[in-house]
Amino acid sequence: MTTGTPDPVPGPCRDPGLQPERTRLAWRRTTLSGTVVAVLAAKTVLHGGATPASVVAAALCCALWLVFLRIAHERIRTLSATPRPRPLTPPYATAAALCTVALALCGALLVL
Amino acid sequence: MIQFVRNVRLWFAPEEVRQEGDTPDYRFSLANERTFLAWLRTALALIGGGFAVDQFLPDLRWGWRVGLALALLAAGVLCSLRAVNHWVRCERAMRRGEDLPVSRFPALLSMVVAVVAVAMVVVVLVGWEG
Repeated sequence: MTTGTPDPVPGPCRDPGLQPERTRLAWRRTTLSGTVVAVLAAKTVLHGGATPASVVAAALCCALWLVFLRIAHERIRTLSATPRPRPLTPPYATAAALCTVALALCGALLVL
Repeated sequence: MIQFVRNVRLWFAPEEVRQEGDTPDYRFSLANERTFLAWLRTALALIGGGFAVDQFLPDLRWGWRVGLALALLAAGVLCSLRAVNHWVRCERAMRRGEDLPVSRFPALLSMVVAVVAVAMVVVVLVGWEG
């Protein structure tokens, strides 16, 4: 997230393949996909009668989106901290996948 | 399936993966991470598709609409669980210096997506005529 400073020599050992940057953007894209799902969930509640159960499910979708945003943010911070970032650890990967699963379950609640 | 259950333990245990073999080039790990995220996006797209079927095909009969939406949501769940499982398997294979695991899942998913797409075309045509 370093912008603005026009530095001709960015660092001693910058990865020429820009792997950390590409991974950071992949996290951003994934968060964006999650945003689309959360927006669709909100739209479902706003257009088809808002029962208490569906409002709770849509609120859960938004909360899950926030959790995913938090996971992505933590990972992006790790990625940009050092030129040779540590690999992703299983709890992060599992948390991200479980967020997606929970989004689908809330979706099932909304659709039914 | 038994292998899958055995791998589930690894999802939550960072030390166990790290104990085996030696650390591969960080770029390989990052590439594996991006593949995992791409599968996660596929899962999110399937889930979004489930919402879209429910929202944007309101003229369909309730059973067809809900059935299609639930099928897409279930595909999204499967896809994301498989994504993390495959990521762990690749990570471990790289540490051990083994071949990367092969998988039937991409072929299976593309067949399912094709079938769902054809079903949606048929359902929309029939629903439109009726």
